[in-house]
Amino acid sequence: MASKIKVTDLDFYYGDFKALHDITLDIPEREVMAFIGPSGCGKSTFLRTFNRMNDTIPIARVDGNILIDGKDINSPKTDVVALRRKVGMVFQKSNPFPKSIFENVAYGIRINRMHSSKSDLEDKVEKALRDAALWEEVQDRLNTSALGLSGGQQQRLCIARALAVQPEVILMDEPASALDPIATQKIEELVVELKKDYTIVIVTHNMQQAGRVSDKTAFFMLGKLIEVNPTDKMFTNPDEKLTEDYITGRFG
Amino acid sequence: MERIIDQKLDALRDKLLLLGGTTEKAVHRAMRSLTERDSDLARQVIEDDKIVNRMELEIDQMSIGILALQQPAAYDLRFVISVAKITPVLERIADHAANIAEAAIVLNNEPEVRNYVDFPKMAEIAGEMLQAALDAFTAEDADLSRQVIKRDKEIDRIYDKVFAELIEMMIENPEVTTGAAHLLFVAKHLERIGDYIKDICELNVYLTEAVFIKHRKSLRNS
Repeated sequence: MASKIKVTDLDFYYGDFKALHDITLDIPEREVMAFIGPSGCGKSTFLRTFNRMNDTIPIARVDGNILIDGKDINSPKTDVVALRRKVGMVFQKSNPFPKSIFENVAYGIRINRMHSSKSDLEDKVEKALRDAALWEEVQDRLNTSALGLSGGQQQRLCIARALAVQPEVILMDEPASALDPIATQKIEELVVELKKDYTIVIVTHNMQQAGRVSDKTAFFMLGKLIEVNPTDKMFTNPDEKLTEDYITGRFG
Repeated sequence: MERIIDQKLDALRDKLLLLGGTTEKAVHRAMRSLTERDSDLARQVIEDDKIVNRMELEIDQMSIGILALQQPAAYDLRFVISVAKITPVLERIADHAANIAEAAIVLNNEPEVRNYVDFPKMAEIAGEMLQAALDAFTAEDADLSRQVIKRDKEIDRIYDKVFAELIEMMIENPEVTTGAAHLLFVAKHLERIGDYIKDICELNVYLTEAVFIKHRKSLRNS
């Protein structure tokens, strides 16, 4: 499998604090990679380096290389808006705009001028909602407020919003941690479905979720990448004792 | 602080070792019922097989409970899987012991067809193998498990010898056919017990090293 994201010798600082240490990792195309590790281990920080979300933090600084499709995303030539279109993100807490369901999905398409006509826009919105497994539930109320949807539906709407601008990579930061088991299951099924077309990186605290949805799992601790392996190997016979201790709950 | 799962895993280990000990005793007593021509003891072995069956169900329930409620991973997962797979193997060994006891009851009512010298030898090797297999499980000793696996050949060799001798005996003296046929079954039971102990040892290696050594040769050749 070709690698979509190639990280080499990455260090990350918040001011003087070094949050990520010398991380080298390949993320293959059209696979799901899960990031696991205790709170504060740097997995979310690392995730956010892939679409430069950390740029919004003034004291943040990156050393090392991140290539997506062979291109250095931290190069001064990189168009950050284009990067974030290509590398979409879904957060722990769903954050729909206080607009209609339709407008939430149409927004990105409009500002990026990705539609040729009104009916093309409608088609693109429908496709994104279908791909996010939400269409059946909302097709009759597209013009009602997105805030009236359930938590799980709102999260899938955020996924639809990310899909609408035709990204290639989707970053998910604990996308189901605030959802009930049924809504969680839907998100997980969606992740598995989406990997046919997208490269997905998911941060999760739920070991079983990492087991259910990911092809590979990377374990982080204190800002270091301890181990990356195929998920089935990781959960039956990890190479590192630290990984074993973490996934078996020997330390928190 | 001890993990909740540790108590459950310890209880599971204890239960499996208890089953192992009970099975070991069943094989030993079944052979004694034959060599000492003690049919009462044979009946006791058959009766006690119910205890083994009950233990098997208890271990199944404990294993399923841990898988469902504790979601074990890594070594913990391999441990539960190994126990769940070793348990029915031990139960089958105990079944073979009960079958030997049944044969003993028939044989004890007939004149002795031959001396039983090779049978105690097979049983002795099987007993030592079973004990070592359970020790290797407790000590997570993959090397010991591999040594035990090799010993199965000793049982197989004696089985081949006994088989040939009994066939010859039946040809030469058709009157002993019934007794000799029952003895053939006994030999076969002991030979199977050896195979089952090998299975346990292969699971011990999986537990300790996370590798499957079962069927390696046959799959390599195919």
